[in-house]
Amino acid sequence: MTRKQKRLSVIAGALAFLGAATALTFYALGQKASFFYMPAELQAATLEPGQRIRLGGLVEKGTIVRGQGTEVAFSVTDMESSVPVTYVGILPDLFREEQGVIAEGSFSPSGVFVADSVLAKHDETYMPKEVADSLKAKGVWQEN
Amino acid sequence: MVETGHFALVLAFAMALVQSVVPLFGARTGNERMMAVGGPVAVAGFALTALSFAALTMAYVQSDFSVANVWENSHSLKPMLYKVTGTWGNHEGSMLLWVLILTLFGALVAVFGSNLPATLRANVLAVQGWIGAAFLLFILVTSNPFVRIIDPPIEGRDLNPILQDIGLAVHPPMLYLGYVGFSVCFSFAVAALIEGRIDAAWARWVRPWTLAAWMFLTGGIAMGSYWAYYELGWGGFWFWDPVENASFMPWLAGTALLHSAIVMEKRSALKIWTLLLAILTFSLSLLGTFLVRSGVLTSVHAFATDPSRGVFILCILTLFIGGSLALFALRAGSLAAGGVFHPISREGALVLNNLFLTTATATVLVGTLYPLVLEAITGDKISVGAPFFNLTFGPLMAPLLVVVPFGPVLAWKRGDLYGAGQRLMAAFAGALLAVLVVMMFVDGASVFAALGIGLAVWLILGALTDLALKSGFGSVSGHVMLHRLVGLPKSVFGTALAHFGVGLTTLGLVGVLSFEQEKILAMRPGETMEIAGYTLLFDGLTPARGPNYTEERGRFELIDAHGEAESELVSSKRFYTARQMPTTEAGIKTIWPSQLYVSLGDPTADDGVVVRVWWKPLVTLIWTGGLVMMIGGAVSLMDRRLRVGAPSRRAHRAAEKPVSGLPI
Repeated sequence: MTRKQKRLSVIAGALAFLGAATALTFYALGQKASFFYMPAELQAATLEPGQRIRLGGLVEKGTIVRGQGTEVAFSVTDMESSVPVTYVGILPDLFREEQGVIAEGSFSPSGVFVADSVLAKHDETYMPKEVADSLKAKGVWQEN
Repeated sequence: MVETGHFALVLAFAMALVQSVVPLFGARTGNERMMAVGGPVAVAGFALTALSFAALTMAYVQSDFSVANVWENSHSLKPMLYKVTGTWGNHEGSMLLWVLILTLFGALVAVFGSNLPATLRANVLAVQGWIGAAFLLFILVTSNPFVRIIDPPIEGRDLNPILQDIGLAVHPPMLYLGYVGFSVCFSFAVAALIEGRIDAAWARWVRPWTLAAWMFLTGGIAMGSYWAYYELGWGGFWFWDPVENASFMPWLAGTALLHSAIVMEKRSALKIWTLLLAILTFSLSLLGTFLVRSGVLTSVHAFATDPSRGVFILCILTLFIGGSLALFALRAGSLAAGGVFHPISREGALVLNNLFLTTATATVLVGTLYPLVLEAITGDKISVGAPFFNLTFGPLMAPLLVVVPFGPVLAWKRGDLYGAGQRLMAAFAGALLAVLVVMMFVDGASVFAALGIGLAVWLILGALTDLALKSGFGSVSGHVMLHRLVGLPKSVFGTALAHFGVGLTTLGLVGVLSFEQEKILAMRPGETMEIAGYTLLFDGLTPARGPNYTEERGRFELIDAHGEAESELVSSKRFYTARQMPTTEAGIKTIWPSQLYVSLGDPTADDGVVVRVWWKPLVTLIWTGGLVMMIGGAVSLMDRRLRVGAPSRRAHRAAEKPVSGLPI
């Protein structure tokens, strides 16, 4: 092979890699990215059954039901509407009433959101960013 | 003392400005005295930053709550270790540590670089000066750690309890040594572009610096992963969190750089590509700093957020990445080409490695930035997590791991693939055997799990095969072989160790991902549960008190398959009073190489407590592998030929004539 042919083959190889990576990325973004919704946005959203989403908002006051074995039930609210959530497992340390939370999972046929992971804040001063932004936009919560 | 620290920081900024301009001007005009200014100024800049850092540390040690930063992040009852490490457990302090390490590297170049060509040394120091000046200005303008409170409170607000751990003493300094260490490679690359040539000294210098930075970054990431694993109580070791990706991208690019630098040093090929990789690697470090420090992301690493900081770092980012890439576009064409090799050769294998690693870096970059970009453009908020990376990063890494053992056994310039395959026959047989054993004897093993274990065994045996072949296994007597093995260059051992470490990490990953067991249940005192052949007996909760927290300790007894009490295990829920913050302290029992991991949840109505238990098979190998990679790096760094002082006079002579590189 001449130097030019070699160079071309290297470039072709690199392009093949790039093509494969791009194809994988587009496929994965279409399939595996989960969208974030606040409870009030859910009515407008069209969700396929079983589609994974991230549900964000505040833990509604007085809705946490613990202690029935390992299952915990609570509602996530954005002060406009609220969504019942169930979760089996250990909640984050900073999971409390009227605190920002993001639940990841999907809706069961009965309309209950079944979360397989629940994220709360990392420490007492900061909210999950998506939740903080949305609540600030609604004017129901302010940064202290 | 606090004001002295602030003043020292301002002086360090002034030093950085001098370092940015004078040596560069000297190099352009050929003024030797101006060029010589760079070294002493870099050392002085480091000394001043160190003084400043020491002042802040003293304020923490003495719990001087008249300093806002100390008041916000410390507490008089906090153990001394966390008082010291708390210095960098906040935004301002961690930026100061960043700059301290940057100036340290500048000073190291100044001290060890006496045998570099004078203009190259001057230019490198100038570029280090630019970075230092930009970040010192950032600290002084937006993140001053020395701000006083007029009316000092008597007690501090304490450090985030998650950070009150030995991990804070190790993880950030190591990670920064890696992150910031790549700045030296960046400075060398930019200096070469300014000079318009890549000489032999350049090639010989970049490799050890890359190796050192890579070594620390590997250790820092592994340590961070283990810390998150035991501290957060979720049992996870990697979350594909943007903040983790921020450190992982420079690691991937740095690993590519490490390999292309070998080709450059040994074969004078791939020079321009190596130069571009050096720029990209540090650019990714800067991007990581931006992502973590600007507050665009929420995570344990994002301390208080302040929009002006984000904009400032974004400006630094744009300036350095844009500037260096523009310079590359302008100058790269004028650098000479050369170094021909056959596609089937060690060089070819290293190019393949680079293709895999850079495309993998690109997919991680897309997965990290896409949600941010999408939100800025459409307002849609999406999250890209493990499923995305499993589909993109996974398929790119798996074939790379398959080809890893081929690299070291191929010859330079023109290799023999058939011969290489024959030499790796034993390793291949071992891997195949591992696949069969897993398929036949492990219950519930999927094909993927078996193949994964096989891949790990292939990597481990491949690394050993390389050492065996190079010491003449099969062709010489045992005595001669041992003699040869001892006499092998350190870099050969380094390569084998690092690849061996990759195999161990792979083994750990496959073990946990495929064979992990998890149970969540409510337990009352006296109740037992079974997992992975062990029985866990819950003794009950007892209250306890630490220096700055109270806790409920859950005691468990671990009983093995023979019914004998093996050991006890304590998992607790802590409550830090100053911050009113609860944390979970997981109870972990290592049964090498696996671990039993117990996390406590909420109390139940009937006096029990929710317990989450994981059996994590082979999990410790994930980090052991990281440690072995790091040791591999250190061993390789001790190689005589790589030792920074070694190039001596030959470097000067070689520097006279530019050495060519392949323009890709």
